[in-house]
Amino acid sequence: MMSEDIQIGADGRLNHFISLEELPRELIEELLTTAESFIDFATRDTKKVPLLRGKTVVNLFFEPSTRTRTTFEIAAKRLSADVITMQSDGMSTTKGETILDTVSTLQAMHTDTFVVRHSFSGAANLIARHVPQHVHIINAGDGRYSHPTQALLDMLTIRQQKPNFNDLTVVIVGDVLHSRVARSEISALKKLGAGEIRIVSPRTLIPTGLEALGVRIFTDLDEGLKDADVIVMLRLQLERMEGQLIPSEREYYRCYGLTEERLKNAKPDVMVMHPGPINRGLEIASSVADGSHSVILSQVSNGVAVRMAVMSKIMGGIRQSG
Amino acid sequence: MVSVIRNGRIIDPANSRDEIADLYFDQEQILNSEAAAKLSIDRTIDASGLIVCPGLIDLNAKIGELNSKGHLTIFSEHRAALNGGITTVCIQPNTVPVIDEPSMAHMIRESVKQQESIRIVPLGALTMGLQGESLTNMASLKNAGCVGVSNARVPIHSTLLMRRAMQYAATFDLTVFIHSQDPWLTGNGCVHEGEMSTRLGLSAIPEAAETVAVARDLALVSTTGVRAHFNQLSCARSVDMIAESKARGLNISADVAIHNLHLTEFDIQGFNTLCHVMPPLRQESDMIGLREGVNNGTIQVICSDHQPCSKDDKLAPFIQTVPGISGFETLLPLTLKLVDDAGLSLQQAIACLTCNPARTLSLNLGTLSVGAPADICIFDPEKSWEFDPDEMLSNGKNNPFGGMQMRGKVAHTIIGGVVATDSN
Repeated sequence: MMSEDIQIGADGRLNHFISLEELPRELIEELLTTAESFIDFATRDTKKVPLLRGKTVVNLFFEPSTRTRTTFEIAAKRLSADVITMQSDGMSTTKGETILDTVSTLQAMHTDTFVVRHSFSGAANLIARHVPQHVHIINAGDGRYSHPTQALLDMLTIRQQKPNFNDLTVVIVGDVLHSRVARSEISALKKLGAGEIRIVSPRTLIPTGLEALGVRIFTDLDEGLKDADVIVMLRLQLERMEGQLIPSEREYYRCYGLTEERLKNAKPDVMVMHPGPINRGLEIASSVADGSHSVILSQVSNGVAVRMAVMSKIMGGIRQSG
Repeated sequence: MVSVIRNGRIIDPANSRDEIADLYFDQEQILNSEAAAKLSIDRTIDASGLIVCPGLIDLNAKIGELNSKGHLTIFSEHRAALNGGITTVCIQPNTVPVIDEPSMAHMIRESVKQQESIRIVPLGALTMGLQGESLTNMASLKNAGCVGVSNARVPIHSTLLMRRAMQYAATFDLTVFIHSQDPWLTGNGCVHEGEMSTRLGLSAIPEAAETVAVARDLALVSTTGVRAHFNQLSCARSVDMIAESKARGLNISADVAIHNLHLTEFDIQGFNTLCHVMPPLRQESDMIGLREGVNNGTIQVICSDHQPCSKDDKLAPFIQTVPGISGFETLLPLTLKLVDDAGLSLQQAIACLTCNPARTLSLNLGTLSVGAPADICIFDPEKSWEFDPDEMLSNGKNNPFGGMQMRGKVAHTIIGGVVATDSN
C-alpha cells in the first residue's frame, strides 16, 4: 500500500522530512524547541557545532531558489557537514526518471542527505521511496504540495511572540491555489492547535475542497482580517498561472493587497509574515512589509535555525548505517 | 471436431439462460445440443462447479501501436486478454498510426487473420488524424471493417464539426463513440478536482469537464438522431444526464471502466501513480452513482480500459506519469466483486461483459446461441485468490489492486472453438 507514512522508520526515527501532515505534534514541537536552541548560535563568534561532522549533504535544486537554498547551505555548514549545492534549471522538461537517475548517481558518492526542491508535486516523496534506507530526503519544496521547513520556521516565528496557539486567529491571504507554503502552513497550524485558520482570497485562487482541511474561507479582506493575531501574506505566483485567474494586478492589490489602512482591522499586536520573495505593491504595501508589525526578516534568520534542527534530528545521533 | 463442456452452469444473458447443462461446439460455432449429442465427441471439458459464459468483449483497450512489421502491439497482449477470459477487444482509432484511412483498418484485419489472436474490432476515426478539423471517409472506413467511429480521447473543440460528424455518421448508420471531455476545463489536470487534489497540490480536472461535454454531446445527438455510445463515464451526474436522455427516447448507451467502480480520489494517497487514470478517479458519491447506473441499466457495459505501462512510465512525479491500468486480467474478478458488494446480479454482471458490448458494437458475438462463434469463457466463481500484479501475463504490471482478495478465476478461454488457455 502507498498510504503508509514513509517519513518515520520502523525504529520510530525520522528518516525523511517530506510533509507535516503525517507527523505527530510532539515531533513538530521538539523540532521547534531544538531550533530555538540554535538561534543563539548565530550571534556567537564561532557559529559551528560538530554535530554532523563527516556527513555529506547534497542540495539538489531542480527549481531555482535563493533564500531556501542558501539557508539550507548555511544550516548544514554550521552543523559541520560537507555541503554540495546543485542547481539545475529546465529540469521540468526532462523526463521523471532523470530525477531518480541523478539521485542514484550522487548517492553512489555516499551522500547522507539530499535536500530536494522540485517543481512537481510528489517529487520528494518519489525520491524518498527509491533511496536506500540510510539515505535521507528533506523536502525543500515540491510543486504545490509541501514546503515543511518554511511552515516550521513560520511556526517558530509565531511561537517566539505568541506561544499559545490555541488562542490565535491566523489569516492566510492570497494565492493558495499555487502555494505549497499555504498547504504546509495549514497542516502545521492544525497540528499545533491554532484557534482559527482563515483563508482570504478570490474564488479563482482557492482550490476546491479546501474547507476539508479545516479552514474558514473569506473573500473579503477586511472581514477576514478582523481581530487577526497573525497574517501570512502569500506571493502571487503569476509565473505559475495558467490562463487568467485575476483580471489585473491593480485590481488584485485594491482588493487583496495588505495596506496600513487594512491592517487596522487586525489586533493591535498583529504579526505580518511573508515567505518571500515579496511582490511589493502587489500583495503587500512596502510600508507594511517594512513596518513595525512585520517579522519577515526574523523569518529568514529563523529559517537557518529550523533547518539546522531538522538536519540534526535526521542525521545526528547514533544510528546504524546501511 | 466436436467438443463438449460437461456439467457447467451455463449463463447466457442474451438468451436469459441460466442452467446446468452440456455445451457442444466445433471448430467454429456453438452446436445444437440434441444433434451434437449423437456425434462422436473428440474432446470433453469437465466444468462441474464452474460457470460457462460467452467469451468476454472488452470495449476499451489502448494497445494499438504498430511495430515495424505492421503488427499491432495487441498481439503481445493477446495472452493477457485470454488469461482474463477476453476473446474480443475493441480498439479505439488512436493507434499509431491513427485509423483514419480504410487501408489502416484493412491492415489490422489482415494482420489479425495471419496470427493466432483474439478478435480485434477497430473503430474508425471521426476526424482525420483525430485533429478535429476535417471528417474522415466514414463510409469507406465502414466498408473496411470499422464498426463505429470515434475521436478516441481527443476532444473535438468545434461544436459545429462535432454536429456534422454525427450527421455524417448517421447517414451511414455508424455508431459514434464519444469520450466526453471539455478540453479547456480539463487543461493539464491529472486528478479529480476535490479534497485530494487540494491536499496533494496536483492540477485538477473538475467534474464539469465531463458534464459540460456530456450535455453538449447529448444536445447534438438529440438533434442529429445519430446512435451514440458514451465511453468511460466518471461522474454520477453524467449518469443522471444519460438516464434522462434515454428516458426521452434517445438512442444512446454508455460504459464505465471497472476501476471507476472500485476506486475513488482517495486512492491516489501518497502519490500512488498506479491510480493515475483518465478520466480521473472521482468522489465516493460518483463511484456509488456509477454503480447504480450499472445496476439500473443506464450503463450497459463495463470495460477494462486496459493500458499496459512500463515501470518507468509510472516512476516519476505524479503529473509526469503515463495514465492507465493494465486491466485485462482483473476485469472479470472485479466485476464479480460487484455481485458480492454492490447488488449487481450475476446475469447482469456477465451481460455487461458479453452481450451488451456485442450489441453496442452490432456484433453477432457475446452469446452462446446455436450458430454463434464458439467464443467461451469458463471460470470458477468460488475460487478465492490473492491478486499479485507481477503474476499477470500482460507486459504492463501497472495495476493498483495488488494484494486484494479476489473471488472468481478463469479456467479456460475458448475462441472460435479453439481452447486457448488451460490455466488450472
